[in-house]
Amino acid sequence: MGAPIGVLALQGDVREHRRSLERIGREVVEVKTPADLQRVAGIVLPGGESTAISLLLNSSGLTEPLTNAIAGGLPTFGTCAGLVLLARSILDGRPDQVQLKGLDVVVRRNGYGRQLASFEGHVAGHGPLDGAALPAVFIRAPIIESVGADVEVLGTIDHAGIETPTLVRHGSVLASSFHPELTSDDRIHHLFCDMVEAATK
Amino acid sequence: MTEHTRSTATFTVKRGLADMLRGGVIMDVVNAEQARIAEDAGAVSVMALERVPSDIRRDGGVARMSDPQLIEEIQAAVSIPVMAKARIGHFAEAQILQSLGVDYIDESEVLTPADEANHIDKWSFDVPFVCGATNLGEALRRIAEGAALIRSKGEAGTGNIVEAVRHLRSINAAIREITQADASELFTIAKNHQAPVNLIQEIAETGKLPVPLFCAGGISTPADAALVLQLGAEAVFVGSGIFKSSNPQLFARAIVEATTHYQDAAVVAKVSRGLGAAMAGLETATLESRYAERGW
Repeated sequence: MGAPIGVLALQGDVREHRRSLERIGREVVEVKTPADLQRVAGIVLPGGESTAISLLLNSSGLTEPLTNAIAGGLPTFGTCAGLVLLARSILDGRPDQVQLKGLDVVVRRNGYGRQLASFEGHVAGHGPLDGAALPAVFIRAPIIESVGADVEVLGTIDHAGIETPTLVRHGSVLASSFHPELTSDDRIHHLFCDMVEAATK
Repeated sequence: MTEHTRSTATFTVKRGLADMLRGGVIMDVVNAEQARIAEDAGAVSVMALERVPSDIRRDGGVARMSDPQLIEEIQAAVSIPVMAKARIGHFAEAQILQSLGVDYIDESEVLTPADEANHIDKWSFDVPFVCGATNLGEALRRIAEGAALIRSKGEAGTGNIVEAVRHLRSINAAIREITQADASELFTIAKNHQAPVNLIQEIAETGKLPVPLFCAGGISTPADAALVLQLGAEAVFVGSGIFKSSNPQLFARAIVEATTHYQDAAVVAKVSRGLGAAMAGLETATLESRYAERGW
């Protein structure tokens, strides 16, 4: 079982990540303060609005401790807005947006379009996720425009004829442009829990 | 690489955006400048409308969908989702809003109803809809028509939270009753609520509304937000409460903080300090027209 996994609970689909993690037997702690952060062996940054979460990270005093924890190797899994917060470079963001760093990718906010372009589909898994395609829900999703040399691409989708990264890993940071937590397929949450186990050994 | 098809406008995709807005504040705005203030303050979405509810109440007349030009200006001004209101039953306004690419349509009792018997067939649209409800039956009728998100109606434009509290308590009490009922009682419960039996059966199984439940109508202070979140609302819509207060920036920011930290009274106290005057409120018992009664 191990130490609990945190879900950043400032805004967004916290409950769905909690459900996915609990389904695979993990204890979950909602993180709203720096004290909460100290209790967890890994943290999930959920979907939501990255601009609102940015402001709330600052006012909760979480920006600095979370940035340091990620730099120090705390396993971190960001989905959608979580991916945006982790990215090295954000296009179409706000200049005052928080950047937690830790993930050497360039993302464009709402890169797949507005809500009318939101979709359900399947992501092809690679490496540890090789096998049946992963069901995926993209909601006003950010698009990963480029990845650094040390970034593993674990999931891709055909977007306008281009094989586009949708799930990436860089050291102890995992991030997806889609929402595995809105599906009943827990393989990606399993992978993250394996990363947490490996880091706590 | 395996080819897979994409499905847009599925119910998962429609309610998915509502799921992402949970724990957030959706703010009414009438122009691009207000939309920017809302985004700067941490709104998760803005709702475009012609006039805020308290002005509709004061000025009277027919309240309609916003001018499309204003909606486009708001879409250009912010990066967060943009919602817009259409009149109850006015599917042509909804078609226009969908063509503008708004992210959610609020089929709203705050505007003057266009149809006194029917709501919009929301299944026929790709854009998701939110609808107001005063009780569980009304919520389930809207869901049966295709709404992907329900909000309490409250009594918009009054700055008075009493009606929203009544609606949230009514919906939650009805859900609790259903979870206690045995299977053969669900048919009569459905009849009494004037709601589809399959949705009543779903609630009996899950103990929850089939879509997220947000609160709207009368929220004007951080404490109001903390109250309705503790009563089970998953996010809040704030209408006149922000731009009719003495300091919109401060009120907006404070309500955002209170919505996140609703369980921590010390935080809500801190953000409530020195805010200045909230919007002037109205006693709902003396209202000439009750918007919450609109909807069938």
